[in-house]
Amino acid sequence: MSTQVPENDAEIRKQDSICTNETQLKHPSWYNLKYLLVGILFGIVFVKAEIISWFRIQEMFRLQSFHMYGVIGSAVVVGVISVFLIKQFKIKTIYGEPVQFDKTAFNKGQIYGGLLFGFGWAITGACPGPLFVQIGTGATVTNVTLLSAIAGTWFYGLVRNILPH
Amino acid sequence: MLDWLKQPWPWYVAGPLIGLTVPTLLLIGNKRFGISSSLRHICAACLPAKIPYFQYDWKKEVWNLFFVLGIFLGGVIAIQLLANPNPVQVSPALAAELKSYGISNFDSLIPTEIFNWSTLLQPKGLILMVLGGFLVGFGTRYAGGCTSGHAITGLSNLQWPSLVATICFMVGGFIMANLILPLILSL
Repeated sequence: MSTQVPENDAEIRKQDSICTNETQLKHPSWYNLKYLLVGILFGIVFVKAEIISWFRIQEMFRLQSFHMYGVIGSAVVVGVISVFLIKQFKIKTIYGEPVQFDKTAFNKGQIYGGLLFGFGWAITGACPGPLFVQIGTGATVTNVTLLSAIAGTWFYGLVRNILPH
Repeated sequence: MLDWLKQPWPWYVAGPLIGLTVPTLLLIGNKRFGISSSLRHICAACLPAKIPYFQYDWKKEVWNLFFVLGIFLGGVIAIQLLANPNPVQVSPALAAELKSYGISNFDSLIPTEIFNWSTLLQPKGLILMVLGGFLVGFGTRYAGGCTSGHAITGLSNLQWPSLVATICFMVGGFIMANLILPLILSL
């Protein structure tokens, strides 16, 4: 598919994303397989810790189990320490590039969109990651939920300019 | 060893492994851990429809699509090789509540009695799967990230807007699970 690349490509990509992933390095496409591998390990953890379980999500939102709080809490602690160490010791990527961090600007979307996503998370028992994993575990009907999530993202793109930000 | 791997993993094993995804992606290619962006890249690749928000070179973010393909494959591998032979443990309070909605099958990680192809066309299934999915896709992009992008990556980088987003995810979830979902499940 040929998409014309506008000059402000990076600016558009930056909208409502946690970051853009820009690099000056040119790599052959098979280098992307390392992300596939990280994804596989990540998906296995998601199944084995039952993070993709609708039941675990319901327990979390009903304060009936510590499990999900433990998972997210310890993930954040490890993440904070890792980011601190990378910044402190200016650790570089395996290709010798400095690691870049983006600042997240506040907008009202984080409130409105956050609440709407919270609704969807509690209904489906899945955030975007678990949707992909659930399909992998053979829950074929989750394909519908995923397609609907893609439709929701597309609809957001369509109406983005008239929404409060 | 294999028997141990087949058991559900405790939070203190899974959480740190998920947290390590943040530095791993940073160090192997300067990538920021985030999953919901993949939905946007799929839109940009398949149906940009002249919408300005999707007019960018999605191929520059193709790593993210490899990543979610891997996540899918991880699900396949875990269920084929490491599946837990026992039913899912559900807290007694939740089990009692779900029983009142006719949900008593805990063999799968999702309640197959309400998430299946035949309930899809009923009001309950439409709300749970179609509307629920739509809210996930719409809400994550409006918020600029999901649990991975805001709650894990954003908080790891000490970004306060990500804390706002994470709190709103939880508030939305509490309202839905405790006040609205019981009505949907009673349909």
